[in-house]
Amino acid sequence: MGVISSKLGNLGVVTTSLETAVNWGRTGAMWPLLFGLACCAIEMMSTQASNYDLSRFGMELNRASPRQSDLMIVAGRVTRKMAPVVRQLYDQMASPRYVLSMGDCASSGGVYNNYAIVQGVDEIIPVDVYVAGCPPRPEQLIHGILTLHERIKGEHFNEWITGQER
Amino acid sequence: MVMTVPESQQGKAIESWQGQVEELRGLVSERAMTGETLLLNMGPHHPSTHGVLRLLLELDGEEIITCLPDVGFLHTGIEKTIESKQYEKGVALTDRVDYLAPMNNNTVFVMAIEKMLALDVPERAQVIRVICLELTRIQSHLVWLGTHALDMGAMSAFLYCFRERELILDMFEMLSGQRMMGSYIRPGGLWRDLPDEFLPALQHFVDIFPRRVDDYEALLVNNPIWRDRTEGIGVVEPEEALALGMTGPTLRASGVNWDIRKAEPYLTYPRYDFNVPLGEHGDVYDRFWVRMQEFRESIKIIKQAMKNIPGGPVRSQNRKYVPPPRAELGRSMEAVIHHFKLWTEGFSAPDEEVYVAIEGPRGEVGCYLHGTGGTKPRRVHLKTPSFMHISALGKMSQGHMIADLVGIIGSVDIVLGDSDR
Repeated sequence: MGVISSKLGNLGVVTTSLETAVNWGRTGAMWPLLFGLACCAIEMMSTQASNYDLSRFGMELNRASPRQSDLMIVAGRVTRKMAPVVRQLYDQMASPRYVLSMGDCASSGGVYNNYAIVQGVDEIIPVDVYVAGCPPRPEQLIHGILTLHERIKGEHFNEWITGQER
Repeated sequence: MVMTVPESQQGKAIESWQGQVEELRGLVSERAMTGETLLLNMGPHHPSTHGVLRLLLELDGEEIITCLPDVGFLHTGIEKTIESKQYEKGVALTDRVDYLAPMNNNTVFVMAIEKMLALDVPERAQVIRVICLELTRIQSHLVWLGTHALDMGAMSAFLYCFRERELILDMFEMLSGQRMMGSYIRPGGLWRDLPDEFLPALQHFVDIFPRRVDDYEALLVNNPIWRDRTEGIGVVEPEEALALGMTGPTLRASGVNWDIRKAEPYLTYPRYDFNVPLGEHGDVYDRFWVRMQEFRESIKIIKQAMKNIPGGPVRSQNRKYVPPPRAELGRSMEAVIHHFKLWTEGFSAPDEEVYVAIEGPRGEVGCYLHGTGGTKPRRVHLKTPSFMHISALGKMSQGHMIADLVGIIGSVDIVLGDSDR
């Protein structure tokens, strides 16, 4: 006897909307882009390692290719030299794609208000969730990811087909 | 992305490609000019470059003819930003230079300020600094081991290393309230005294860690795949290593006995008995082996330092440079004046230049500081080991395969924040 039959008893049929089923699928297996820039990347690695274990949220598989990933975690400061590369990686990702800006530098430039740093990665790509901290604790990153999950669960059918920029 | 070139533009595309190759004349071999060898970009987005490093490779088949590193993708302007800040506020920025060894950068910057001001540091603070520096070395080497092994295809070492690293980060959080960027080390001493729970946590760590190092060695040292992929790869002769400006474990793996902790001792290092592990062949395996021994030596130093932490204050009592404790503000007018002056204007440093170097996890970390006589420095320069090690990649990777390059990059333990600043 499997889990489903023990939970459903004799019901046999589950009804749900397509939106709910697809959004559930998208949140349950979101593959992030293996993309680290600076200090926050080290905390991102900690989040994926033994103690915090990001795979609990279906995210253990980091893809090094943007073509295979759904979520870009911008972990660290984006410099003016790196900005075109970040934009190109974003363009290469297939829809639906999401961006999480991790840390103060990626969100707003942080402590570096100077000639070298892009003052927030949202100047070059659209951002879905911002996570504050310098660097954010793994718990904060996990909270940011769960916030993104909540947001995805509220997406509607017409948003998928109208090709809204994601 | 538009991948096809319109017909009217096709000739131009080839011209511009030839123009780009022409720019590389002298840097790559003549064979690349005719298209006989292949030019390939590795990075800046690549899983094995340990950050945003771009390498331009000239390949003959899979053999590397030339490897040209391109740095600057993480250039943050930290040195310039520190020049616009008061001395004490600059400490928070030095954390983020080499983000795997924040305490080292704090210490070298703070020691440069102290040398310039001839500021005393209480003995208790010096001993605690040594403990912090060695813990930083261990946690930096843990990240190195985890990612280096991961690049070479050994997943489990990564998970084990990060498990132990969390113990150290917990201790840093006890000290400073932050896991990584603590800014715990301040001019004249430390931000505050050790919290009560720190020493028991350190004792626990010191007790269990040597066994964990044995575990890592059991995973890798006798692993035939690991040995095959590391032995004889990326060899650097001692003379070459010195000429390339290498320092730290990477230099010692070539057999050169140079450790600033021994050669020009600072803090309370002369009191402790520890060895400087040296390699023989200067290959990837020796660099791995030297760092594995450094784990044990660091634990040795921490054990000796823990046994004998003197009492007393953890910050200098010189009120011209160090703010008074909060409790004094209610009682003394002098303290209120000093507090106000230090937190608004900051302290002034003479128009002099100093250079201080310490032994970081990656090698010599130096700080050149030039004062103006005012409250902000004229020039701050951080001498960082990763920059030298990246420039050595070309020499080390010649004649090897691309897969070996991944091991070589991992073995020199570069941090791009450290190199680009």
